[in-house]
Amino acid sequence: MIFAVMAALLVTMVLALVRAFLGPDLYNRILAINMFGTKTVLFVAVAGFLFGRPDFLDIGILYALVNFVAVVAVLRLTHHDEPATGRNGDGHS
Amino acid sequence: MIVLEIASGVLLAAGALFVISGGVGLLRFPDFYTRTHAAGLTDSAGAGLILLGLLLQGAGWETAVRLLIIMLFLALTSPTSTHILAHAARRDGVPVWREGDPRR
Repeated sequence: MIFAVMAALLVTMVLALVRAFLGPDLYNRILAINMFGTKTVLFVAVAGFLFGRPDFLDIGILYALVNFVAVVAVLRLTHHDEPATGRNGDGHS
Repeated sequence: MIVLEIASGVLLAAGALFVISGGVGLLRFPDFYTRTHAAGLTDSAGAGLILLGLLLQGAGWETAVRLLIIMLFLALTSPTSTHILAHAARRDGVPVWREGDPRR
């Protein structure tokens, strides 16, 4: 059953990558990469169980942290003026 | 003991189903906002079910604590990240898709 879950996760990762390449503009890509990151967390957890190495889960926890910070950082990068100064979004792009 | 195995298998299968449905939804939906639904669906439901299924695999309590931490963290961060993403897109003026609009 764990093999089935790993296969499903791999398929979803490929679909997310396809959406990341196809995605018309920035936000579709960020969404796809965010979903890809979450699936990587699950993949590491399931792989840890499959190979009998429960300490993989620490990597999963860390990756969930990094993934969240990455999404916030990218949004701050492309939206740098709005939250800091609180002005209404007249930014670029 | 066998009940745990069956329950774990059922949960893992349901989680895998949610994950695949989210992935397909990410490709088929016409617009960014509709795709956030698909991505959010897999993050919350799929991840929760898969991790719950792994929890029932009967590993030691250390593994169970780690799985609970991952579940808690994913439950906290994935809605938040989807929200700030949609908020930023809305602020940036990404148009909302209406019935009959072309795929975006």
